[in-house]
Amino acid sequence: MQTRRETLKQSAVVAGLLASAGFPQFTHASVNKAAFDAKTVQDAARAAGAKSMAESKDVTIIGPDIAENGAVVPLGASTTLSGVKQLLIMVEKNPSALVALFNVTDTVDANFSTRAKMGQSSDVYAVALMNDGRALWAKKEVKVTLGGCGG
Amino acid sequence: MADPMRIRAQASGDKATIRVLMSHEMETGQRKDAAGKTVPAWFIQEVTAKLNGKDVFSAEWGPAVSKNPFLQFTVKGAKAGDKIAVTWKDNKGDTRTDEATVS
Repeated sequence: MQTRRETLKQSAVVAGLLASAGFPQFTHASVNKAAFDAKTVQDAARAAGAKSMAESKDVTIIGPDIAENGAVVPLGASTTLSGVKQLLIMVEKNPSALVALFNVTDTVDANFSTRAKMGQSSDVYAVALMNDGRALWAKKEVKVTLGGCGG
Repeated sequence: MADPMRIRAQASGDKATIRVLMSHEMETGQRKDAAGKTVPAWFIQEVTAKLNGKDVFSAEWGPAVSKNPFLQFTVKGAKAGDKIAVTWKDNKGDTRTDEATVS
């Protein structure tokens, strides 16, 4: 006969085991969760490994001046610099600033575009993370007439 | 299993522009359903691409990428006839790979 208390204890152990073992598909994922959880542009860049931040003319952010639908805002980031490790696209006033993170290698051009959701009008950033830890950014204001984050 | 991706790969010179349209819900985890419950986040977390079986591109995405995401990137050293394979993996561990030929 197993008491309720024992059952609870056992299930706690099992839960602990599950938690420590984790789901295999998540444990070896290289996803930088801290950066995607960060609320502000600075925090996200820091979580991605940036040590200092500076504005740069060599980084370009592509986006519309006015986005009619915040659920699909075409955004692009590119740079002509060499020694770039990652290119980040961020939306300042989204619940989490970081939208996408592209790894720059010698097999791809440092020029990526995608579409993002924007909750409200905000500055959007392209951040180039350099190999030496510098983060160079460019920003652009995008006005959103209809938000894309529910509500 | 999610719907197939639409991939267009166009070579110009020694580079190829790859455009991908994926089919994914991309739930942010911010939305609430009619009953007031939060809809759990469900989004593509990792995107990778291979050119003729060799890794050439990788990216990490957050939930703020729009529904049915679009992606464009440029691969160096790709020519017509090369095979480009794009793979995504979402936060539920679901994954899908589609292949296209560079034209």
